[in-house]
Amino acid sequence: MSELEEFRTDVRAWLEENCPEEMRDGDITAEAQCWGGRQWEFQSEARKIWFERALSKGYTVPSWPKEYGGAGLSADEAKILDEERQAINARKPLSNFGISMLGPALLAYGTHEQKAQHLNGIARGEIRWCQGYSEPGAGSDLASLKTKCEDKGDHWLINGQKIWTSNADISDWIFCLVRTDFDAPKHQGITFILIDMASEGISVKPIVLISGHSPFCETFFDDVKVPKNYGEGNLSVVGEVNRGWDVAKNLLVHERGMLGTMSPLRGTTGPENLGSFAAEHIGHDSAGRLDDPALRQRIAQAQLDNWAYNLTVERMTDEANAGNGLGAKSSMLKYAASELTKRGTELRMDIEGTAAATIGADGIEYGSLANSWLYNRAYSILGGTTEVQLNIISKRVLGLPSQ
Amino acid sequence: MPLILNEEQEMLQDAANGFLKEKAPVAAFRKVRDNKPADGFCRELWSEMAEMGWAGIIVDETHGGSGFGYVGAGVLAEQMGRNLTASPFFSTSVLGATAIQKYGTTKQKDENLAAISSGQMLFALAVDEGPRHNPSRITFSAKPAGNGFVLSGTKTFVADGHVADKLIIAARTSGAEGDPDGITLFLVDADAPEIERERTPMVDSRNAANISVDGLEVTGDDILGELDGGYAALEGILSAGRAVLSAEMSGSAQQVFGITTDYLKEREQFGQKIGSFQGLQHRAAHLATEIEMMKSAVLKSLKDLDQDFENAGMTCSLAKAKTGQVAQLATKEAIQMHGGIGVTDEYDVGLYFKRVHVAQQMFGDAGFHSDRWAKNSGF
Repeated sequence: MSELEEFRTDVRAWLEENCPEEMRDGDITAEAQCWGGRQWEFQSEARKIWFERALSKGYTVPSWPKEYGGAGLSADEAKILDEERQAINARKPLSNFGISMLGPALLAYGTHEQKAQHLNGIARGEIRWCQGYSEPGAGSDLASLKTKCEDKGDHWLINGQKIWTSNADISDWIFCLVRTDFDAPKHQGITFILIDMASEGISVKPIVLISGHSPFCETFFDDVKVPKNYGEGNLSVVGEVNRGWDVAKNLLVHERGMLGTMSPLRGTTGPENLGSFAAEHIGHDSAGRLDDPALRQRIAQAQLDNWAYNLTVERMTDEANAGNGLGAKSSMLKYAASELTKRGTELRMDIEGTAAATIGADGIEYGSLANSWLYNRAYSILGGTTEVQLNIISKRVLGLPSQ
Repeated sequence: MPLILNEEQEMLQDAANGFLKEKAPVAAFRKVRDNKPADGFCRELWSEMAEMGWAGIIVDETHGGSGFGYVGAGVLAEQMGRNLTASPFFSTSVLGATAIQKYGTTKQKDENLAAISSGQMLFALAVDEGPRHNPSRITFSAKPAGNGFVLSGTKTFVADGHVADKLIIAARTSGAEGDPDGITLFLVDADAPEIERERTPMVDSRNAANISVDGLEVTGDDILGELDGGYAALEGILSAGRAVLSAEMSGSAQQVFGITTDYLKEREQFGQKIGSFQGLQHRAAHLATEIEMMKSAVLKSLKDLDQDFENAGMTCSLAKAKTGQVAQLATKEAIQMHGGIGVTDEYDVGLYFKRVHVAQQMFGDAGFHSDRWAKNSGF
């Protein structure tokens, strides 16, 4: 038996023995996942047990080095673990922007001290991170951001505002892009900095969306003092001062990869079970076809596109593991995933007709179909709009010229 | 099993790319089109392909084949699609070889597979009876007579039908038109006097023929697969055909898209490269994304045929549906983005447009396959 096959056998046995039955309910909504952080409380004993057992094996962040809380798995091993986990329909033990976005950037750009503190904190689910990128005047044109960061000797002084900060109200730390040089060309005066959300001068205000609910917030910085050194050589700035754009770009690639591969394309918000859903609501005609030919065609098309998309995620992952990195192609996944996700809920709304457009006396119910349908409009805007992704594909994948 | 080519398949791809660029580029296809040889393809080229093991690409080594399976066949077809290579590869080495290898008796295998692998014998599959693909709507009759059957009926759009040495005919032995049960496949000599073959020139300048059969007597030994149960075999052969045809269309789409992006980088109007205009960039980027989706569907269908042939039908439909749409979009955009020269005969993009249209019609277009998917999914 090859080493990988042996690993698969071991992993399968470990999962079988350690994943509680209640945690084998597969793809659950983002809200129901385990996010960790100072404010986190496990809703059930099973969730706690599953998290702790995974943690003891380094399986909350399987591919990270052991010294930073991971299991040190190779890309092939991590893929096997993921496949075996999905095979028994087990939940991810921990989800976090720290795992999917900050972690990879720290692994690439962080010092040993930064990694030792922050990566371990993420792996253990102790710290929940949020992302401070967009500003009211810096959306698609992110590099024009203006949050001011001044050098005050032993600390940085920060003033400004971030927007669309997901879950800022329940996060513990923020990784932030700030301007340290207002005179340099816009990409060259940006610094990537890590800030404790408990710092004095930070305030957070949730944003109400068309869906009535959202994880998004505005985050305000009023004379926030950030130490240059959190102690023992653990600096607040990642990478070099004024070179934060390099870190940000690296992280955005991971963010797009994550947005491209995260769960909305499976389960209730994806198009996978739309056919049976439609059959229940609409019924069949005498030939056994869905009794609405146009809707039937749209559903079939969405499902085929979704299937081709899932296969593309699989193929690109396999190519990356074989040494051909995804690079700017992550923009293709992000573009396709967000458009497909919108299509899935649009179809569901059309299938349910006026019933789905009916809301309760207290407004749009959280978790309702109308809620997802409205919220999903944001998928092709956040993390770089569809149009920004198409610009990136044009220039960085196809090499088309700039004007 | 990772969804990528292995080392051996990559080597096959490199070899095919090198050979076809040299021996069978688009210019060679133009020559066949313009000189109108009776065969509709170049026999010398076909012999060379056979020598390299391409004619028997899916045939087992025990029967003289090279045993590369469907991924190997798809790798070759993709390169042929890039070069618009015309040859009997599809009808003989994919359809014919699949029919015999998967459903033939030992005797049928012994008599035919080596001749396929050596490139000596050409095959054609006669399924459709009207202009739109519909494999269960078969009225071509096979009536019991004496120890055998008498075949009568007509078939349309039989690829390579006029050059084939052997025909595989889907005929009705029982049941009514539209009924999947009651279909039987017969393997017959194409030059029997009861068979009339009329070549039908197609817009893509490839080979096809209408075939009419009038009172051809055959025996039970000429049945390929099961009596009245031929539909399952037909589905298997069609699945293989759909997947490999998708690989060919994928090659055409990728090639024509490459030609188009090159043009966008070089053509200047209003004092700048037209590829710098966002109106074109976004369309190109959308198409590039769709091409990635198409490639994944095609590779998956080929891998499924190799790993679990009986259950590969739906992935083959996915591949055919997706490539039908994406390859058509790629060829349409190629013409539009080239502007005036895109609609000239001198420029190659129009040739891709025409070939993709015919390939999309063959064995079901995107609409046929999404309908098939919906039916199979119970809605």
